[in-house]
Amino acid sequence: MKKSNIKAWLYLLPALVFLGVFMIYPLFDVVVYSFEEGYNSASQSFFGTGLYNFSYVLHDPYFLQAVKNTFILVIITVPVSTGLSLLISLALSSIRKLKDLFQTLYFLPYVTNTLAVGLVFMILFKKTAYSDGLINLLINIFGGQSVDFIEGPYWAKMLVLCIYTIWIVMPFKILILTSSLASVNQDYYKVARVDATPKWRVFSKITLPMISPMLFYLIITGFIGAFKAYSDAVALFGVNLNAQGMNTIVGYVLDMLYGNSGGYPSYASAAALILFAIVLTVTVINLLVSKKKVYY
Amino acid sequence: MKIVLEHLTKIYPNRNRKIKDEKIAVNDFTFEIPDGKLIGLLGPSGCGKSTTLNLICGLEEATSGKIFFGEDDVTKAPPENRGVGMVFQNYALYPHMTVEQNIMFPLGNLKGEAKLSKEQMKAKALEVAKLVQIDEYMDRKPAELSGGQQQRVAIARALVKLPRVLLLDEPLSNLDARLRLQTREEIRRIQRETQITTIFVTHDQEEAMSISDMIVVMETGIVQQIGKPQDVYDDPKNLFVAKFLGTPPINVFDAEVKDEKLYIGESAVLDVKGVADQPVFAGIRPEGFILADDGVFECKLSSVEVMGRDTSVVSKHNALLGTEIRSIIPAENKVDTSSPLVRFNLKPAKVHIFNKETTERIYFK
Repeated sequence: MKKSNIKAWLYLLPALVFLGVFMIYPLFDVVVYSFEEGYNSASQSFFGTGLYNFSYVLHDPYFLQAVKNTFILVIITVPVSTGLSLLISLALSSIRKLKDLFQTLYFLPYVTNTLAVGLVFMILFKKTAYSDGLINLLINIFGGQSVDFIEGPYWAKMLVLCIYTIWIVMPFKILILTSSLASVNQDYYKVARVDATPKWRVFSKITLPMISPMLFYLIITGFIGAFKAYSDAVALFGVNLNAQGMNTIVGYVLDMLYGNSGGYPSYASAAALILFAIVLTVTVINLLVSKKKVYY
Repeated sequence: MKIVLEHLTKIYPNRNRKIKDEKIAVNDFTFEIPDGKLIGLLGPSGCGKSTTLNLICGLEEATSGKIFFGEDDVTKAPPENRGVGMVFQNYALYPHMTVEQNIMFPLGNLKGEAKLSKEQMKAKALEVAKLVQIDEYMDRKPAELSGGQQQRVAIARALVKLPRVLLLDEPLSNLDARLRLQTREEIRRIQRETQITTIFVTHDQEEAMSISDMIVVMETGIVQQIGKPQDVYDDPKNLFVAKFLGTPPINVFDAEVKDEKLYIGESAVLDVKGVADQPVFAGIRPEGFILADDGVFECKLSSVEVMGRDTSVVSKHNALLGTEIRSIIPAENKVDTSSPLVRFNLKPAKVHIFNKETTERIYFK
């Protein structure tokens, strides 16, 4: 018995070593850094320990802006993208003709490079000296004023970022939802039909509960993913996000490490831990809600 | 509610449209189901019995023919307007709802004047739950019930809106043997109490025979015979029906009629008056054998299985189609197991002969 235990650990050792070096140790290190004041990575020295880093980050207007941006992004994109995906999946599962074609089309954004998509969005939304962009053209047709979506007012930039994020996260959700819709036993629908159940009641009382586990999975991962947003903002607004006022929390962490004003791993660690605390709280709330609502 | 099927036909086109080959699932089914009866649709898998049920239910649309509920022509009516209650093979209970919610679900669909208050729904649900005897488990989820209890919930859900017709698709196939016996009695009792015309589908002849008022035997979409279970058993129209009904199954032999006598192998075993000389299939029911030392029918004895009430004699014969002859004789008759041979006389009523080409029954006096 004991011998085989040792053997088992021996087999696990390579994986454990890698996990330890590349996951556990860095995680641990982040916590340590966040409490070390004035830490310098070049000289590996620091003045003292305490909560100053957290205090600094929480009073940094850039960080507060990033938190605000991230929260707006999360609150708008998660419900909208999940809801839209559900609608599209329902539509997809109720058509026969061209179903495969539409499924492929909806999945395309998933395999497209983020930055390439960003470029397309720039063409659609950007206003330059020579052209107002496609969207502005449409706005003009309907009698509106051109808006600079990329370098203009905050709400316009946030709108583009939200649309972009929704567009990029939907394919995966549609994929998951169409397959979970397809896995609902058709007999439930037949029984409901024989019992003359109205369409809306079928959806709310049968379909929705049946796919609720998948729906909650998508909502939880959607929240986590949206809280970690960064590359989408970069693709649209470039790397200098603070100047644009479009930074996200992850963007702030990165700036603190490597940006023009960077070189502060302690601040970055503190910000990362704050983000961790936020995500943890939201996920716990999600799980508590889902326990009540989800049928397994 | 009386149900009339008139030349009901369902044809499925081939999935590959280039091939013209189509499958006739139900072929020209004409039958009048009397009000308040329990009807068993019986046949091997793929015989079209479930399709027939779906046609009556409205989940499938008939290719041609008509369906009447009473005087209403419901052939084109969607299932929701037919007023049928359906119990699926897997029960299809909503797993996220309690038993009570499941039973109340159809009532929640009522609109306009028929709309019920929550209390009325609860009262009605309780009433049917009592009828099927699951009122103790109203707050449970389906996963917490046994197969038989789930079956009852499904029946209750189908009954709660007082359907004109109750349809059961393989109602007992998901139950173990003991529960099956119990549940089929239960179905019979519920049907008697509610007096709702009920049609159920099964491939198990014993099940159909035991509880149905009438059985319909089907094969490859064609109705083979309709009648009271005992009549169909005693008087099968063709070889298929004879083989399909009865356990142990009928013993079928290659035989011949010569000079109004039935020959199996070399020996004449029975007088068959009024039958022309021809090769035939002879079917002998297991209970059609009488053990006799001077019997006309000689078989090679394989084994004797004592079952208490009666004895099952297993023997062989060269003309037999199949592996062994099973005959059931009263337990008082002792078989001489030391002898390699066993001799029988035959009961004429238990011997059926069939045309070799058409497999239709040939009647004799």
